[in-house]
Amino acid sequence: MSAPEAGSPAASAPEAGSPATSAPAVGRVTLPAAALGRPGRVSLYYALAVWKRNFAMYRRSWKLNILPNFFEPLLYLVSMGIGVGAYISQMGGTSYLEFLAPGLVAVAAMNGASFEVTYNAFVRLNFEKTYESMLTTPIQPEDVLAGEILWAITRSTLYGGAFLIVIAAWGLVPPLHALIALPLVPLAGFLFAAIGIAFALRIPTIELFSFYFTLFLTPLFLFSDVFFPLKERLDPVWFPVAEALPLLHPVRLMRHAFRAEAAPVLLWDLAYVLVLSGLLLFVARRVIRARLRG
Amino acid sequence: MVVRCEQVGKRFGAKLAVDGLDLAVEKGQCYGLLGPNGAGKTTALKMIYGVTPPSSGRVFVFDQDITTHTRAIRARLGVTLQENALIEVLSPVENLRVFGRYHLIPAAEIERRSEELLDFLDLRSHATLPVKALSGGFQRRLSIALSLMNGPELLILDEPTTGLDPAVRLALWSRVRELRRSGTTVLLTTHYMEEAERLCDALVVMDQGRVVARGAPRALIREILAVETLEIELPPGRHVAVLERLNGVRSLRSGTHLLLYAKDASALLESVRGGEPDAHLVAIRPTNLEDVFLALTGTKLEAGA
Repeated sequence: MSAPEAGSPAASAPEAGSPATSAPAVGRVTLPAAALGRPGRVSLYYALAVWKRNFAMYRRSWKLNILPNFFEPLLYLVSMGIGVGAYISQMGGTSYLEFLAPGLVAVAAMNGASFEVTYNAFVRLNFEKTYESMLTTPIQPEDVLAGEILWAITRSTLYGGAFLIVIAAWGLVPPLHALIALPLVPLAGFLFAAIGIAFALRIPTIELFSFYFTLFLTPLFLFSDVFFPLKERLDPVWFPVAEALPLLHPVRLMRHAFRAEAAPVLLWDLAYVLVLSGLLLFVARRVIRARLRG
Repeated sequence: MVVRCEQVGKRFGAKLAVDGLDLAVEKGQCYGLLGPNGAGKTTALKMIYGVTPPSSGRVFVFDQDITTHTRAIRARLGVTLQENALIEVLSPVENLRVFGRYHLIPAAEIERRSEELLDFLDLRSHATLPVKALSGGFQRRLSIALSLMNGPELLILDEPTTGLDPAVRLALWSRVRELRRSGTTVLLTTHYMEEAERLCDALVVMDQGRVVARGAPRALIREILAVETLEIELPPGRHVAVLERLNGVRSLRSGTHLLLYAKDASALLESVRGGEPDAHLVAIRPTNLEDVFLALTGTKLEAGA
């Protein structure tokens, strides 16, 4: 737009400097009837639109993202499993390398989901005004939340799944057992997506994420049956505390899947993951509505 | 009726941001919400496109209640936010594509509309550069392009030209007029009185959450003040005497200056000089909405008789 027009009053004389382009036509987009959904409910169509936005952004930088995230658990596996493992004849009935593998898959899923719903979601909410812009379209706060969770699950599945394939190729888990373990990757991602987003939506400043990572995720990583059988080191009085740790449950599920074993305790693990995720999403839905409708 | 607000109010804690707003925007109109910062304009818009629920009253858009038909209504309107919300690492073309997907527009259609909008808002020359490399004017035009992606029947513009240089502002005004001519209803907020005067068929003036005047710009000027403004400078202490003599002429006082409103300002000047030979003429000009706003709210200037 170059030359200014002459100072004419509203809707009179043709404007100088206006190029020979006419306004785009007014025209409704034909929407799938199901897309509009019901008020206050998630529309999967719009949740996927949110997912696609994140996917488009991720595709631009996936090479930068995927390498560090992918190598982190692998480095632990090699260093601990082979290095420390050389001094350990066995743990939990297997070699130390085999003991570590399932826990680290759950950790990869946890990390894959966590970065997305913490820093990235916080920036989209508070700095880039992404959600505010989405809410000028038919997208509703519920769709934003669902899209973000779906995206975090996707990322956790990418990282956890890739790591699981490496472990299967290494021979640390039989391929069939790896297939049983695969659905547990997005499940672990779902849990940490729900925990992370509930935290991200409530905190006032981005600095608080260092508490989340250093004082919450790191202790979980160190004490949730990943490196040693936690309960063998604990007085039974502390068992309820151990059972409260969120990562403990995906790790236990994963460990059993690696051995293709079933146990009653797994029902408790499954219930824990689903109920806690559900509760946190219920809270997150209320918070995101309040935050975006202000 | 494209937009209808019935006694709409919004309360944030103890503060009443919008108080009893009645509004009726007809198809094809360009309708303005005017007022200073904090008057409640943005809050009113947010209630109209359904992102903020009203504390009281009801909002209808396209004759449907916004609280129950939010998604269907928003599919038919476009909003340019006060603050640009662009993806800075992406180019204008990529931003349009992302935004088109929010509206579930099929890929081929997105490409077609993007092409149209790149021309309409003159973005073609910078279409593939990252947004963060673009000037404020370009970014603003891209924001408007995004809100036109779904071919909206109603375009909502929240302070579309704030912070832009005059040339860009004039160019944007001409685009708004073209949109209106092609059948788009426009609802905008502004604190530039000139913008409202040039673009709007009808407007409401808001102050502290309340509508203080409504009507067509020209009619408002005529009814509340008068078409011409006489601005004079008087020796200290003479204002009262002059106003007493002119009995009934609407006025505003600003320091040593006196603004007088009349149908014929030249004739008024004659009669002022009759009794006050020392009156110094500053200007005779058409009365504008700024004068109306000042007269209504007393903001910035001291209210006269």
